[in-house]
Amino acid sequence: MKQFKKISLLFMSLIMVLVIAGCGSKNKADILTTAKETKTINWGVKADTKLFGLMNIKTGKTQGFDIDIADAVTKKILGKDATANFVQVTSKTRIPLLKNGNIDAIIATMSISKDREKQVDFSNPYFAAGQSILVKKESSIKSVKDVNKDGMIVLGVKGSTSVINMKKYAPKAEVLELDDYAQALTALKSGQGDALTTDNGILYGMVKENPDFSVVGGTFTHEPYGIAIDKGQDKFKNQINKALAEMRADGTYEKLLNKWFGDIPGFSVKEASQQ
Amino acid sequence: MSDFIAAYSWENIRYLLQGLLVTIEVSVISIIFSFIIGAILGLTRYIKVKRLSAIVGFVIDLIRNLPLLLILFFVYFGLANVGIRLSIFWSATLAMTVFESAMLAEIIRSGIQAVEPGQMEGARANGLTYWQGLRVIVLPQALKKMIPPLVSQFISLIKDTSLATIIVLPELLYHAQLVYGQNTNYVIPMFVALAVMYFVVCYALSLVSRYLERRLAR
Amino acid sequence: MITIFTENWQALLTGLGYTLFSSILALFFSLIIGSFFAILEEMPYRILKIIARIYIEVFRNIPLLVVAMFFYVVVPMYVTNINGFTAGTIGLTIYTSAFIAETVRAGIQAVDPGQMEGARSNGLTFMQAMFHIILPQAFKYVIPPLGNQFINLVKNSSVLAFVAGFDLMYQGDIIASTTFDTINTYIIIGVLYLIITMPLSYYMRHLEKKLS
Repeated sequence: MKQFKKISLLFMSLIMVLVIAGCGSKNKADILTTAKETKTINWGVKADTKLFGLMNIKTGKTQGFDIDIADAVTKKILGKDATANFVQVTSKTRIPLLKNGNIDAIIATMSISKDREKQVDFSNPYFAAGQSILVKKESSIKSVKDVNKDGMIVLGVKGSTSVINMKKYAPKAEVLELDDYAQALTALKSGQGDALTTDNGILYGMVKENPDFSVVGGTFTHEPYGIAIDKGQDKFKNQINKALAEMRADGTYEKLLNKWFGDIPGFSVKEASQQ
Repeated sequence: MSDFIAAYSWENIRYLLQGLLVTIEVSVISIIFSFIIGAILGLTRYIKVKRLSAIVGFVIDLIRNLPLLLILFFVYFGLANVGIRLSIFWSATLAMTVFESAMLAEIIRSGIQAVEPGQMEGARANGLTYWQGLRVIVLPQALKKMIPPLVSQFISLIKDTSLATIIVLPELLYHAQLVYGQNTNYVIPMFVALAVMYFVVCYALSLVSRYLERRLAR
Repeated sequence: MITIFTENWQALLTGLGYTLFSSILALFFSLIIGSFFAILEEMPYRILKIIARIYIEVFRNIPLLVVAMFFYVVVPMYVTNINGFTAGTIGLTIYTSAFIAETVRAGIQAVDPGQMEGARSNGLTFMQAMFHIILPQAFKYVIPPLGNQFINLVKNSSVLAFVAGFDLMYQGDIIASTTFDTINTYIIIGVLYLIITMPLSYYMRHLEKKLS
């Protein structure tokens, strides 16, 4: 009994310590000041997303539109000799990493949303992402309106919001849900469906690998990608927005869009750069 | 078949080997630190310092009874909360070290306890102090008994580093996932490569353990 | 921290349920598969011994996560559609069975070899002797380590989180990503794991002391 009392006392005290550690307030340094001192900005980027942030197996470096934007923003804010440091993140790790200060900003195909804005701040949009459709090049489908017909089959991924959206934008079409993008694309190739729907960014990545397909009709939802920064870092956020605006004005932004998406059929710089 | 040939291009294999190197680096650094910490903790438990041994014992039990994945999360997400910021590599290494220290402490303690108590009594009767008896008589014998479980714990550690793929440690499994993520035809070749690489490293270690066991048994 | 629990207790308990369910299923099936390979290795045929040895060594030396991911990624792609819980539990079973095979084999070897000889000379076949004489005795040695194996299973089942297996860790991930209160969520998850594993491990230690 005495043993038990001792153990439970220990257990309680340990939990107390954990709680205190968990609730401990933290005074965060101003990111802009530290970045200027170290001449470095730490960016959280994706490593598995074509065109935006993808690991190059040969060089061991990530590359893509997100990476180039981050690099350009870093140099605009801190000067030509500054370095952009890239930390690979996933959808799971990116917000905790930003919150605990391991990264200064996230540029990882992250749509600006009301839910996320409760946790983090967003810069102005840097890519006008939204849902779109992918079809075979010779297809007669020119936009989502053409899909809204009886007998049309649209392919999507199970449980995704894009599938739910389809019921709104093309209620007459039948939706076939597959497990992942690879399977959905295979199904489109083999003619099991007339169109495939998801984010335009992902669709562009598919077209890059499969030039017989094309993204048509532009986006019909509005879920732009933004750079996420921790709350309370307004100075840093303003600098990022300023850098983005400068890049748009001096042509760097359009050059980067063309570098990554220029040769993709169905891509329009005008649409992607919408604010 | 052609998938296999394309998947095993030099670039991909090199990328996997880079991952394997990180796996081994994290494992080796952790096992060295955990052995030192584990030895201290194990001895503390064995020699029964008032209160301290009970507390150490309880903390060890706590860590041993949690999933390693959770300890990884605590270290990775938690330390920064109290102002300590570590890179992904050192976070993973620290998490492994915390977990392995607790595991090794138990192995070391039970190794010492397995040495016949008469040995210590004999040492004391021959005029050695408690510490001398421990160092000269008990520990060398205990070490012999510990080697097989220590090596098998090292093998577990190498396997367990694969969990750190969740915090994007660039180790073997994460690298393989990136390769097959870029081309779904490479899925099976990559899993075969993973199995072979882990197996070769771990099995070689278990052979070493068996060899040592046989030599020490003489 | 309290609000995380009060607002998500249903998800947390569901997760705990899946964790326990997966661990129990894996323990049951890995005991069957493990015993099978242990007997195979004790059979007087070289080829069967080799097959059993290969199975045991392969799955002892490959990370559990790789085995689980294999079932989650490869099987739906080329064989049949299985969900994360099934894939994870199969992975857990196969991985654990290799360790249980070793335990059962040690149990069989601990039984006096004279027992087998005696049974055979009394006209029993190898299989009859194994099932009626040797195994019942061997299991006496096997039962205590199984308790520790179950504790390992509960901890190891957290890999189900990697394959969307609805277990406790997976629920924790989801709660952490919706509340963004990562640390407090994982503290609760940790306490829930400890509620299962801690008493069990103290009981096992008590049992081991009593037996020895």
